[in-house]
Amino acid sequence: MKKLMLGNEAVARGAYEAGVIVVASYPGTPSTEITETIANEYKDIYVEWSPNEKVASEVAIGASISGARSMACMKHVGLNVMADPLFTSSYIGVNGGLVFVVADDPGMHSSQNEQDSRHYAKASKVVMLEPSDSSEAKKFTKLAFKISEEYDTPVILRLSTRVSHSQSLVEIEDREDVPLKEYKKDIDKNVMMPAKAIKRHVIVEKRVLALKELAEKIEINKVIDNKKKIGVVTTGISHLYAYEALGDNVNYFKVGMSYPLPVESIKEFSKGLDKLFVIEELDPFIEEHLKANSIDCIGKEAFTLLGEYNSRMIKKAVLNEDYYEFIKLDESIPIRPPVMCPGCPHRGVFFVLKKLGLTVSGDIGCYTLGATSPLESVDTTICMGASISAQHGMSKARGSEFNKKLVSVIGDSTFVHSGITGLIDAVYNKGSNTVIILDNSITGMTGHQDNPTTGYTIRGEKTKQLNLVALGKSIGIESIRTVDSFDVHELEKVVKEETSKDEVSLIIASRPCALLKNVKYEGKAFISDRCKKCKICMKLGCPAISFKDNMVLINPNQCNGCGLCINVCPFNAIDKRGE
Amino acid sequence: MKRSIMIVGVGGQGTLLSSRILGNIALKLGFDVKVSEVHGMSQRGGSVVTYVKYGDNVYSPIVEEGEADYILAFELLEAYRALPFLKTTGTMIVNEQEIDPMPVITGALEYPKDILSKLKNKINVISLDALSLAKEAGNSKCANVVLIGVFAKISGIDKDKWIEVIKETVKEKFIDVNLKAFELGYNL
Repeated sequence: MKKLMLGNEAVARGAYEAGVIVVASYPGTPSTEITETIANEYKDIYVEWSPNEKVASEVAIGASISGARSMACMKHVGLNVMADPLFTSSYIGVNGGLVFVVADDPGMHSSQNEQDSRHYAKASKVVMLEPSDSSEAKKFTKLAFKISEEYDTPVILRLSTRVSHSQSLVEIEDREDVPLKEYKKDIDKNVMMPAKAIKRHVIVEKRVLALKELAEKIEINKVIDNKKKIGVVTTGISHLYAYEALGDNVNYFKVGMSYPLPVESIKEFSKGLDKLFVIEELDPFIEEHLKANSIDCIGKEAFTLLGEYNSRMIKKAVLNEDYYEFIKLDESIPIRPPVMCPGCPHRGVFFVLKKLGLTVSGDIGCYTLGATSPLESVDTTICMGASISAQHGMSKARGSEFNKKLVSVIGDSTFVHSGITGLIDAVYNKGSNTVIILDNSITGMTGHQDNPTTGYTIRGEKTKQLNLVALGKSIGIESIRTVDSFDVHELEKVVKEETSKDEVSLIIASRPCALLKNVKYEGKAFISDRCKKCKICMKLGCPAISFKDNMVLINPNQCNGCGLCINVCPFNAIDKRGE
Repeated sequence: MKRSIMIVGVGGQGTLLSSRILGNIALKLGFDVKVSEVHGMSQRGGSVVTYVKYGDNVYSPIVEEGEADYILAFELLEAYRALPFLKTTGTMIVNEQEIDPMPVITGALEYPKDILSKLKNKINVISLDALSLAKEAGNSKCANVVLIGVFAKISGIDKDKWIEVIKETVKEKFIDVNLKAFELGYNL
């Protein structure tokens, strides 16, 4: 039976069919649906949202050592978080097959950088496979487990946004029954201290040589010979862009295993060609490898290091031909950037922070949008969990006066991910940070995943709920306040009080995400004739509120009735109807 | 044979359901199909673009400039933004709804004027007030299926097949309202 599946769903299916027993992940666009699909559809698999990618991969590594086929999934920046266990698990190898799935985001649809994760495979000396569509996503996932066990190595399956989030046809097969492998205590293999690791490193280097041989013969590295004088080396989604653009006008070497690379096979492929192009998004990973092996090729000089590729670009570069004719817009039109949703609990917090003129050390989540107009409140965003530690650095560098106008903001899930250690640092090192946890009761940006603060597991089972107040107390914070995110007056008062203190304070601003099913506000706000057109409500940046024909208007199709605008109106001029 | 369709709108308008219906109908007709969407940050009230391609063999999942045979536009400004992606001989189905983007809301920029007539001067356009028709059907969220109905009419694909696919794709309790919305679009 064939089914239309997202690349991510196909990876989940592949894991299921490969007999995987344990999956642990942290959500991150574009990888999230892999783990969600496993949770929703494949009940034979133990699956969890871990607090972060390091923990997730360690859970998978432990499960593998104990004999289970295991997998951890993440976005590219999550791979940075799990880099530490990755490099050492390469030395340990596997017992049950071990696969790390990483989804890169060329074009940065939903990310803070555009890193090319292929470098990690080379650096950690593990295999990397790169599918181009959903059918390959499933096939390569199964193959990854096979290679992992045959070569005693973790395998990285690398996806990109377009592979993860494109649906194509997948042939459904049965689950293979892969029982737990025997667990035997093996200190030489599984305990990585110098004396043992020195020996394991020798084995790792031998393994790389064996994998190089595998790369030369594995069928997912394949040639499409159209008897032409131009050849292209393609990988991942760029293969499909190239095939669409070039058809049978060139010969193809499609790289399915991008580390180690099949250098000898590509050298053979290049013989007799007039030109060889390397078509790969982001870094010149294959290109540099070929050039280092004296294979003459054209790469980034004909393409780009930036963003996604497309068929038009490829056709122009390789064949010097135009693509489809099209109509150009003859005027510039307004962009439509993402915004906080109507009813978003973060909006009130940023309204207050901007009003108080504070410097805001931000973090990763929907609330990164607090940097966009008109709130423009956030000063810096680096990576998951950096808000509190970066704030601490700013505060130590610039001193107490600066610190009194400085706060950090971090979401509940991001705080658990890697904000906790920054908070402990601030307390331990006698900081006086004011930290605001934006607790919206869910992991929002990635589409509503539970986390330790929600009290539910990935499969919706009730579990222990992390108590943020108790946690703050236990690490030594004496000033902990909880506020309703929509109570802007109280919030303003609390923020003023806490920033004036010479100690670490924790403010937990709570209100659930407006998109959660159980969040319903009655009625719709509307502007009464008492409006003085001061436009303070417009400073909220609510997409429902606009100013047209000298009137402030609330669009009833957009308004979700949250009432935040009513709270901020100084003239009490906004009413609600339909309550 | 290859058909490229692009669905454009604003995050939260239900473009993903439309692409799922289109993908499933192509599947039912026995074609190779690719559907591409973007999740995450861009969904938060930003411009949303989905591609559906079907035919004997489909390679790239992306619809590029000048490639779309049809564009289903859920919002006027997004229709205009998508114009370069339409084949010069293609057809655009446009919902006349206007949703102000943040730069317009803040007053930094103006919502472009006369978009519909500018589009009609350049390409084949079928325009309608899908939101009102959806409300007439019983749920304003069904504007997406109203647009599917309009497309179904000109698609050359058997109407019964569309109805079958809608029944299979939407949740059971929403079948009736969606079929009503489909009919209103189909009989436009």
